[in-house]
Amino acid sequence: MAIRERLSGNEAVATAMRQIDPDVMGAFPITPSTEIPQYFSDFIANGKVHTEFIPVESEHSAMSTCMGASAAGARAVTATSSAGLAFMYELLWVSASMRLPITMAVVNRALTGPININNDHSDSMGARDSGWMQIYAETNQEVYDNFIQAVLIAEACRLPIMVCQDGFITSHGVSNIDLIEDEKVKAFVGEYEPENYLLKHDNPLAVGPYGVSPYYMEIKRAQAQAMKDAMPVIRDVANKFYDMTGRQYGFFEEYKMDDADVALVVIGSSAGTGKEAVDRLRSEGQKVGLIKLRVFRPFPRIPLAEAMCKVKAVAIMDKAEGFSNSGGPLFNEARNSLYDLPDKPYAVNYIYGLGGRDITVEDFYDIYRDLYVICENDDPGDVYRYVGVRDSRY
Amino acid sequence: MKDDVVEIRWHGRGGQGAKTACLLLADVAFSSGKYVQGFPEYGPERMGAPITAYNRISDHVCNVHSNIYHPNFVVVVDETLLKSVDVTSGLKENGALIVNSSKDPEEVRKEVPGYQGKICCVDAEKISMETLGKNFPNTPMLAAAVKVSNVIERDQFIKDMKSSFQHKFRHKPQVIEGNMKALKKSMEEIKVS
Repeated sequence: MAIRERLSGNEAVATAMRQIDPDVMGAFPITPSTEIPQYFSDFIANGKVHTEFIPVESEHSAMSTCMGASAAGARAVTATSSAGLAFMYELLWVSASMRLPITMAVVNRALTGPININNDHSDSMGARDSGWMQIYAETNQEVYDNFIQAVLIAEACRLPIMVCQDGFITSHGVSNIDLIEDEKVKAFVGEYEPENYLLKHDNPLAVGPYGVSPYYMEIKRAQAQAMKDAMPVIRDVANKFYDMTGRQYGFFEEYKMDDADVALVVIGSSAGTGKEAVDRLRSEGQKVGLIKLRVFRPFPRIPLAEAMCKVKAVAIMDKAEGFSNSGGPLFNEARNSLYDLPDKPYAVNYIYGLGGRDITVEDFYDIYRDLYVICENDDPGDVYRYVGVRDSRY
Repeated sequence: MKDDVVEIRWHGRGGQGAKTACLLLADVAFSSGKYVQGFPEYGPERMGAPITAYNRISDHVCNVHSNIYHPNFVVVVDETLLKSVDVTSGLKENGALIVNSSKDPEEVRKEVPGYQGKICCVDAEKISMETLGKNFPNTPMLAAAVKVSNVIERDQFIKDMKSSFQHKFRHKPQVIEGNMKALKKSMEEIKVS
């Protein structure tokens, strides 16, 4: 029986961590993820977990702590946001190349310039090429469920993983959640028993050596293969999770896509607001749908392209500006995935929600209207667009 | 928004407990079996600065994650905000504006020109001073919000709040009784026009 509760997204992650009871947590606080190590240190003080909690002086050290622990064969977790993630940047690449299955809660917040504490995806999208897996959540329930699955995914792939949620919107928003019993979570994640680790007595391992040119490229190719091979692992862990909870997770969720004319592709909490727009437009007779991307790394290129091909036009939504002069990160990858398909939809990009700019049901209405206009005119117009920006020049 | 969702917007000043009241309302509505959202709008907060917090309360799961622009009810924890913040913005005419004020609702109405709907006043400062000996306006304002919005039945609310306070103030049990009195007094003394 599920445990009916109401928690904020940060409480949900801290609860998942308590149930997992990892060996080590290295942590340095940063808004809006601060509450995660804060709640977790309560659990430690109250004897609810057996984790070695290592408070450090920076995010650089928090990630270094997790790397040392993970290399030694421990299950290691941490949490961060925004500039904290940026401060880990070098170590993100190192930990991924060392194949250390660290699980990190990322509470998405805009990267500074100008300083801002609110939500967008510029922090984790900026780390998209680091070799970490990335899973995103719409709700508190999803971030809790994702975190529990992430530990198993990371360890099976020997790759680190970010479990992302939207800062403040879900991290500080209280809503209903169904928790899983402690013993079921413990049985689900099991004990972490790596095949090789630094301190293995009968087979000691060197980690983090210099990668000379005759070996470096093979190491990178193996890392790329691990990311590719993560796809079936993510599916298998989701199936196992479904058997335990009845809650189903894929690489993405298709919402009312089967007979849809036009659709959105969106990541995170705004998908919920988009679904409300879908429901309302459908009650007015408009056949619209929505795809919520859950797994961004590895990028589910082929299944996502197939899902987008069900419609005539898609709006691909980015909560991060890539400054690429060709649209946001999700747009570039999602649109690229359509290239080889003969009957592809029009695909346009909307940058939205930067630095906490709210996106409403009405905004989604406007985007769906735009998509119908594209279909009618048989012309996508400018594919790189903004929604919710006040400057009338754009 | 689906018609059965009750949306509430809180206006207060940093340090007055508007966010806490919002989260407590989510708590008690949850306890009575509802689907809830309680979320503050964060900025560079400091003591005394205007803050906003929101509730959605429904019998169904609510997917929307945007702020609330067309609330059914607005709760103003600090009446000086009537002059600086457009508290009735988007407020539905069949809803209500609930203000912490010693004034009569008709007097408060003069400060929100253009708003035609119901206005409710409760002197949360006076009630708080009488029951708690300090000015904590959020407890009486929470009771006023429940009474006016009717999102939770009164007796259920009183019962759930008691257990919530027992949990929240387990290290300060002496304040539980005063808080319970503040809730009941607010529900009795609220003035409606």
